[in-house]
Parts: sequence; C-alpha cells; structure tokens
Amino acid sequence: MSSSEGAPESWISSFCSLMGHEFFAEVSEDFIEDDFNLTGLQSQVPMYKEALEMILDVEPEDEDEEEEEEEEEEDEDEILGDEKPPGYRRAGDRRHTRVASDLSVIESSAELLYGLIHQRYITSRPGIQQMLEKYEMQHFGVCPRVYCNGCKVLPVGRSDTPGQETVKLFCPSCQDLYTPPNSRFHSVDGAFFGTTFGCLFFMTFPDLDIVSRLDSSLTMSSPRPNNQISPDVPPPFQPGEVNGVRTPNFCPGLGPGKIYESRIYGFRVSERSRTGPRMKWLRMKPTNIEDLDEMALFGPSHKEADNDGDMEMGAPSAGAQNSAIAKRKKAPMRRRRYNPDQMSINGAEAG
Amino acid sequence: MMEDFNSETDSDYTSYWRDWFISSRGNEYFCEIDEEYLTDRFNLTGLNTEVAYYQYALDLVTDVFDLDADDDLREQIEKSARHLYGLVHARYIVTTRGLAKMVDKYKKCDFGKCPRVMCEGHPLLPMGQHDIPNVSTVRLYCAKCEDIYNPKSSRHASIDGAYFGASFHSMLFQVYPSLVPAKSLSRYEPRIYGFRVHASAALARWQDQYREDMRVRVLDAGILVKYTEEEEMEAEDDDDDEEQEFETKGERLVGDAASGRMDMGI
Repeated sequence: MSSSEGAPESWISSFCSLMGHEFFAEVSEDFIEDDFNLTGLQSQVPMYKEALEMILDVEPEDEDEEEEEEEEEEDEDEILGDEKPPGYRRAGDRRHTRVASDLSVIESSAELLYGLIHQRYITSRPGIQQMLEKYEMQHFGVCPRVYCNGCKVLPVGRSDTPGQETVKLFCPSCQDLYTPPNSRFHSVDGAFFGTTFGCLFFMTFPDLDIVSRLDSSLTMSSPRPNNQISPDVPPPFQPGEVNGVRTPNFCPGLGPGKIYESRIYGFRVSERSRTGPRMKWLRMKPTNIEDLDEMALFGPSHKEADNDGDMEMGAPSAGAQNSAIAKRKKAPMRRRRYNPDQMSINGAEAG
Repeated sequence: MMEDFNSETDSDYTSYWRDWFISSRGNEYFCEIDEEYLTDRFNLTGLNTEVAYYQYALDLVTDVFDLDADDDLREQIEKSARHLYGLVHARYIVTTRGLAKMVDKYKKCDFGKCPRVMCEGHPLLPMGQHDIPNVSTVRLYCAKCEDIYNPKSSRHASIDGAYFGASFHSMLFQVYPSLVPAKSLSRYEPRIYGFRVHASAALARWQDQYREDMRVRVLDAGILVKYTEEEEMEAEDDDDDEEQEFETKGERLVGDAASGRMDMGI
C-alpha cells in the first residue's frame, strides 16, 4: 500500500514531507508504473518523461546524459549492481549535476505530474484507503463552522484542471467547502485532489462515523442554548437510510437546532426586517428525513415510472436496509438479491 | 491566554493600559473604549459583582492605579482588569461610538475573512453565543452566509465570547443597513466524475423550495428578497442562466471578488 520499499528518502516521500504538502498521500510506485493509470497525462505535463523518471527516482541509460556520464560513473555502478533492472539505475545525486534551470523545470513538471497522478490515485482502492487513515488521524483539520462541532474535513478541488483553484476542504457535516485556515495550503493546487474525491470518499465508507466525538461534550458544557432554534421533534420513525446515505451520517450539522439565529437582547431578528435572515435555507434540512426521498414521494402517483440504474447506485450498504424502504422499493430489492457481489463492488467503488 | 501577558505587563504598566491592551497580540478583536465611557459609573452597573478587585481593576484600566502591590496581587488585579475591560467592551460596542469603531475594523478585515469558499472572503464580525462570561468562547459571524465560525487562530479561540456579546453584530446591521451584503444563491454541489450526487442534490432541491417558501412569506409582508445572481442576471439581461451561474462559481478568484464585494457593500 505504501511506497516504503524503496530508499527512505524517495522523491515521493520527500515531496510529501514538504511544508504544505501534508494533505498528499504517498502514491505507491506500483500505481505509477502501471501505464494505464497515466493515460493522457503525457499531453498535460511538459517534459513528461523526465518528470516521471524523477518521481520514480530512476533514469533510462540511453539518451541525453552524456554530460554527466564521466564524473558519476563510479558510484553509479555500485548502486546499479544490487537493485535495478537493466536499463535503469538510481538517479541518486545525479539530479544535482543537471543544469540548474533544466532541473527546476523538471522539478515543477514532476510536481504537476505527481499531483495529477495523485488525483487519480486517491480515487483508487488503495489510495482511498490511505486517505481514510489520514482522515481518521485528522490530518486535514476540522470544519470551522460552529454547529459542525469540529467535524473532520477532506481536501478537495473545485476543478480537475490544474492551475485554476487551490485546495479546499469539504465538510461532510454541512456539505460545504472551506478555505484551509493555514496559508501554506493556499498554494496547493486543488486539481491534485480533484472534484470527485470528496463525495466518493464518503460513499465508499458509508458507515464512517462523521459525527465528531466533540458533539456530546460540547452540548453538555453549554447550559443555555441561547442562539438556537429549538429543534422540532422528528417523527419517531426515521428510515435507516435515504437516497443511499445513512440517516445519522446525512448532514448531521444541518437542520433545525443547527442554524444560527441572530438575536438582539434575546429577541430574534424578524424575517420581515430588512436585515432579517435570508440564508437559513443554506443550513436547513427537513426534520422528517423522508421528505428527501423523492422517489417515494413521486412513486404513489406514478406507479409505472421505471427506476432502474439509479436505485443500484443508491445503496452502498445493503445491510442497513430497513423494512419501510424495502416495502416501497420491491423491484430494486429483488435485483439486489440476485447479484449481491456486484452490489458490493458498486458500493465500494461507486461507479 | 491570560498568562501570556504577565511577563510583559509587569515591566510595562506605566504606559497607558488600554493602549497596551488593544495592541497586544491576541487582542486584535478589541477596540479602544473611550475614557469618558469608562468613567461613567452608569455604564458599569452591575459589573462590581462580576469582577474581583473591581475598584483596583477599574483604576488600572483608567490609568490611575497607584497601589504598591506585590506581584501576586498585581497579577490578580491585572487579570481582573482584562475581564472588566472585556465586559465593558461588550456594552461599549453596541453604542453609537463603539459601533463606528467596530465598523472601521470590520472594513479593514481585522476580524478575518469567512472561511466558506462561496462567501469569497467576506469580512467577519466577532460575537459571543452567550452574554454571560465563561460560557463560550468568541465566534465569528459572516453576514453573507449568516453563519458562525470558530476563529482559526488559537490565541483568538480562547477569548471569552461575552466580551463581544450576542447582540452586537445584529445591532451593527440594524444601525448600518447599507452594510448588509448581497446574499448569494451559490452553493457547493458535490459531484462524482462530473455527475451530481443524488443525496446532496435532493437536499439542495428541498432547500431551494424552503427558500422560495420564505420568499413568498416575506413578500406577503411587502418585502422583496433578491439574491446576487438574480440581480446580476437582471442587470445583464442574460437569459442563459445556467452558464451565468457556472461562471460566477468557477472562475472568480476568492481574493479579487472579495475586495470588489466589500466596496459594493460600503
């Protein structure tokens, strides 16, 4: 899973330990060496070949290195003897002998290439697993929003094209994006994480408990919930999952009671005021989660409406099924029972 | 937070206490309270029960302290003085002069910018969730998304929220309604390989409905609620709304747009 089989200071591990690169996972060399994973990157990265060699700490013997040949010959041979296949050898300190400008171009190309590979890697099975470990250790920080109670966040991009926007943080509790608090991340490209990763992550691990443990301790320490709307009591029966997301994991930071309300000397500012609240919708969630089950609401009036495709995607954890939903969705349930293996694959990789 | 200052204060107490206090690290959120306001006993009603060594603390804050106290007592009084200053501060910043000072700081972004990406770096305002001291720490209110956030720096995160109070920011916008920023409809749309995710999209549709209900409700009372995107659309008379929204979301850089928005609001 990790790329620890090489030298302790491989290019990848030194890149990931750089200041501001704390969000990056170490892409395994196996992943990079599989050409399929690099499809299309050649046209996006200048000096692609050199950049790739730099990332993998190898260089082909054949071309463009006559200049350095002489002074490096001896130590090169020693290293070559023990570990690399013919045609490859350790770059070692070879890099330092290149022309400085050339080197810096390759270095920046390598960073770009690594970022683009990283974007793909973290949506792969080993990559997303690696990011899960980092997530659980809170490497990416927590949501700044008060009502999210320190929910852990994930790094995401708003574009898959490099050079457009820097990395942002996605909070699963309020489903919103935030700028990283530390300015050292303000120069990290968002495309190196990609638009897909954030959501895919939480669909891959539907049972991950995203409600922070801070939650309970905080509510206990505040005796007077001053600025809150008193939460409506939800109907006693709530389905275990709606739209393919477990109910307790579906935006726990939103809804009545989790919305800030402006007050002056204890009195709420009215909606009818010019300065009244206009953004409550952004943090609102139905008290009865079933209001979001559009298929169920649509269903009774349109019995014939076919619902293939969609339903399969919507159930990452077939175990958490609940009888009310099952009753409503007879047809897709049957399909699920027929090939459970395919379901779990779909659930794990989500398309 | 409190202990950090002690080493400085011991040597430095001869300078004006309030100058020192608001210029020391971690106290960037505070504005300077007028001498006049501090010396009017009416403004301090009830604080004598809240603050230990009240009279000494007040003397220290108003620079008339001349007690020859030992280090231990000094430290106690110093602590009380900061507490007293904070509590008076909460009262002061809802007065006309206090509001004006805080508006200046707001315009200078002294309280930081909203971390929410869609708010495009809108300036924040400090606030407390409670008016009682020692209950919760200071939060930051964003007028654009109308939500509250924790300060990103730990030296601010330890300030008592009661030093700003729960009413201050609402009061500010009541007094300066022109500062209320234009609200935006844009939200983050989670996507996987370019496709919107159903669970989030269903919630977004429900939220849109909730917003329209609110709009109708408020319109009945004769108030028309407009969001930035709609105003821009009307201004440009552009009927291709899909593309319009995509552009505002995708291409603005956070910093640039924020400064533009600031000028508009003021």
